[in-house]
Amino acid sequence: MSTLPQLNLFTVVLIPFIGAALIALAGTHRALREGLSWSSSIVFFLAVMGLLVAFLDGDSASQTVWEIMPGLAIAFRLEPLGMLFAAMSSTLWVLATPYAIGYMNAKGYSNLGRFFACYAIALGAAAGIAFADNLFTLFVFYEILSVSTYPLVAHTGDNKAKQGARTYLALLLATSIGLMLPAMIWVWTATGTLDFADGGILAGQVSPAAGAVLLVLFMYGTGKAALMPFHRWLPAAMVAPTPVSALLHAVAVVKAGVFVVLKIAIYVFGLDYLRELATSDVMLYIAAFTMLAASLVAIRQDNLKARLAYSTVSQLSYIVVGAMLAVQLSAIGGGMHMLMHGFGKITLFFCAGAIYVASGKTKVSEFDGLGRRMPVTFFAFFIGALCVIGLPPTGGIWSKWHLVAGAFDAGHTAIMLAFMLSTLLNIGYLLPPVARAFLRPLPEGERSGFNEAPWMCVIPLALTALGTLVLFAMAQSAFDLLGGMFGPVA
Amino acid sequence: MTITELMPFSVLVPLIASLVCALLPGRFWPWAVTLVATITSAVIAAITLPAAAQVTLSYAFGNWPPPIGIEYRVDAANAFVALLVAGMAAVALPWAKKSVDREVPERQGAFYALFLLALSGLLGITLSGDAFNIFVFLEISSLATYGLIAHGSDRRALLASFRYLIMGTVGATFLLIGIGFLYVMTGTLNLADLAERLPEVRDTSTVRAALAFIIVGMGLKLAMLPLHLWLPNAYTYAPSFVTVFLAGTATKVALYVMLRFVFTVFAPDWSFVVLPLSTVLMILAVAGMFAGSWVAMFQPNIKRMLAYSSVAQVGYMVLGVSLVSIVGLTAAFLHLFNHALMKTALFMAVGTVIYQVGSGHLKDFRGLGRTMPWTLTAFALAGLSIIGVPLTAGFVSKWYLIQAALDQGQWFLVVLILITSLMAIVYIWRVIEAAWFQERPGNQPAAGEAPLALLIPTWVLVALNFYFGIDTRLTVGGATAAAEALLGGGMAP
Repeated sequence: MSTLPQLNLFTVVLIPFIGAALIALAGTHRALREGLSWSSSIVFFLAVMGLLVAFLDGDSASQTVWEIMPGLAIAFRLEPLGMLFAAMSSTLWVLATPYAIGYMNAKGYSNLGRFFACYAIALGAAAGIAFADNLFTLFVFYEILSVSTYPLVAHTGDNKAKQGARTYLALLLATSIGLMLPAMIWVWTATGTLDFADGGILAGQVSPAAGAVLLVLFMYGTGKAALMPFHRWLPAAMVAPTPVSALLHAVAVVKAGVFVVLKIAIYVFGLDYLRELATSDVMLYIAAFTMLAASLVAIRQDNLKARLAYSTVSQLSYIVVGAMLAVQLSAIGGGMHMLMHGFGKITLFFCAGAIYVASGKTKVSEFDGLGRRMPVTFFAFFIGALCVIGLPPTGGIWSKWHLVAGAFDAGHTAIMLAFMLSTLLNIGYLLPPVARAFLRPLPEGERSGFNEAPWMCVIPLALTALGTLVLFAMAQSAFDLLGGMFGPVA
Repeated sequence: MTITELMPFSVLVPLIASLVCALLPGRFWPWAVTLVATITSAVIAAITLPAAAQVTLSYAFGNWPPPIGIEYRVDAANAFVALLVAGMAAVALPWAKKSVDREVPERQGAFYALFLLALSGLLGITLSGDAFNIFVFLEISSLATYGLIAHGSDRRALLASFRYLIMGTVGATFLLIGIGFLYVMTGTLNLADLAERLPEVRDTSTVRAALAFIIVGMGLKLAMLPLHLWLPNAYTYAPSFVTVFLAGTATKVALYVMLRFVFTVFAPDWSFVVLPLSTVLMILAVAGMFAGSWVAMFQPNIKRMLAYSSVAQVGYMVLGVSLVSIVGLTAAFLHLFNHALMKTALFMAVGTVIYQVGSGHLKDFRGLGRTMPWTLTAFALAGLSIIGVPLTAGFVSKWYLIQAALDQGQWFLVVLILITSLMAIVYIWRVIEAAWFQERPGNQPAAGEAPLALLIPTWVLVALNFYFGIDTRLTVGGATAAAEALLGGGMAP
């Protein structure tokens, strides 16, 4: 038995929303607002851990909150993938909270009540997506996530921010309402249900051609997965303050996107049915193309955040590839990559923000010699980069391992090659900033000496970097957890 | 007193109260009398609905047995609409006090008397089972409405009122011509009686012409494209309270009359065969959806923007009708109800802004999100409903509409509905962006939050939008019963 409370799922989802309401009421009162931000993230973390402990004991919770129309309900259920997503985002929220407080205060932003309230709402929406038991519930929280992050992206309020935020919201809403919603209605008319079920609900219910079209609608309807050509919102969202880019555009929002892709692939289509569809190979190659093309774009970006954004586009496609390969190993690999990349990429973004706070520099070409002034930050950046590239001793290696093994299983040699090529490209854009910082001298006229960002920023990034190392050792438990999606692993 | 005997009082109470009201001086008493009368009427309508859903209620005026005397005949369909009309009026009135004091400072007795006349006219149309009586009440409510619109403080209100008068009179005359043709052919004016006698004579061009006249006449009152030209000006220049009231009620009643004739009097298996009604209505509905949303996207005046949005929303309702199925009609009734909720909430929020700022132009909304957070949040939330976001009332009706379209295999309609929903995002978004993401120019007066007397009713309606988006038993149940009453020949004796 666990000492942690085991709350029902809806309550857990509500915690961040209640936290957000309280934070908004606290408004300009700084100590109260920050205390509430801390406590809601910690309470949420404990609640999710309570669920995780019970779940690992084999206790699967489910709950129907309210039936809106016959057969159309707000319902939650715990399953391995959602559990992993919720555990990851709740953990990273706890770490991101001090970072956000430190960063926003150091840069002197205003309107922080709105900022932290929306931050919390986004996490609540992510939890709702993670626990959703049917497409409808998932869609509701997916839209809450899109809308609640708009004020965060537009936070600075200047024209550039507004323009970026408008692109962001327009693309996310247009894809979800224009493509995902009709696909959802189509599934509802064809099968009479929207529940996620083991082995999928579509097999045998729609014609092969309809299934093929549905797959395209769902894959592009999930705009948050940033499949080309609907990836523009992600670089556009980089106008947001860095804590937003870190937690939301490296973790919660984009991972929600690939989570939806995996969830739909596994529980709506079912992997066996997915393999039969005419378009699954097409989507597979589009994802592989996105993976390589985004990496190539990333290499050319001098702005560090833009480089990381394109890197995210590329890494998300790893997971989509994992889903479209439609074998168990690759799907598990995709789920693990969600976790590993989450820890690695948030570290990188934390570092980018810390560099900006401490030195005001945003461009890679200006990083010469910075490693001497900010050794902790750049060492963490190095570890995070290793994780995203997929090298030991970080967790990143395991997810890539399983993805490549899955590609081999499915007999897609070209995809294996694409993975390898992409890894090389990752090295090409992630290691040069570190190399410049440590190996080149500081430019003339800049004072040397130790100059890190505030400790509220540095400690979280050190912790997430440490997390990637821990995940290297603990990867097997994540694998076992995800293996539960397909019953006992053979 | 049985429910059947109580039912006519929802029309009579406002009618009698309007006489009292016209004689009352000052600013408080006319409003108070109106409020009491309207709430009474709404309560009676609320009592009537469950009873009417069970059996059709029939009340003979003056104890003259129908079809000779005037009969009030109430089944689920008109009880549903009557509850909507009286309910919206009752919710809007607490909001009215402040707004009317500002916009109609003098002779409020006459103003509220006109309002009560309009209300009792609308309820009379809804409850009456007599074709000529429907026309009379239509004229009562229309004339009162012209007067109400003319109360607008902008001088253009007079012109708007005059245009509506001309077009409304044409519409009512068309209805009268249609009814006259039916009377010539059957010798009766009672709707149930008409439905019985028409099959013998319905293969004549007179009856076909009657159908066409009635549809065009009611299409005018309904503001169905291309007969909508009176609506944007009328809504824009009328006093805010009048707009709030009309947006939720007047077009809905016109739609009900059209449905009553098409489905009950003529029977759908005839009226949809003899005229290509389904196709025509569908094309007009889709055109209205697009044209209304398109124009709304570029309107600088927010009241006018919402008026054009209404033209688009009427399109959704007519689209549901054009599908001629239980689900389609259910969707039409649902949207009739839900649209009243959302548009009333939106107009209330805009009216509140006008009360505080003095203008409803988009440029005057700049920066208001900070100074009037409650009002603008209400607008944003009601806007979500008109877009059709899940958990709002707007989602429920769109969901049923899409279901109805899919049942008939009309894929392209789903696409069109979704595109117009995206257009709704654009026009609602313009306001949100102006309110929260633009600075208030220095030369414009700063505006504080509105008084609670305006905020509370607005938020009640916003809350209703969410309540009926989550708990759909009343709306879906009522709408389904109404649709079945119309399609299942609920008027049969």
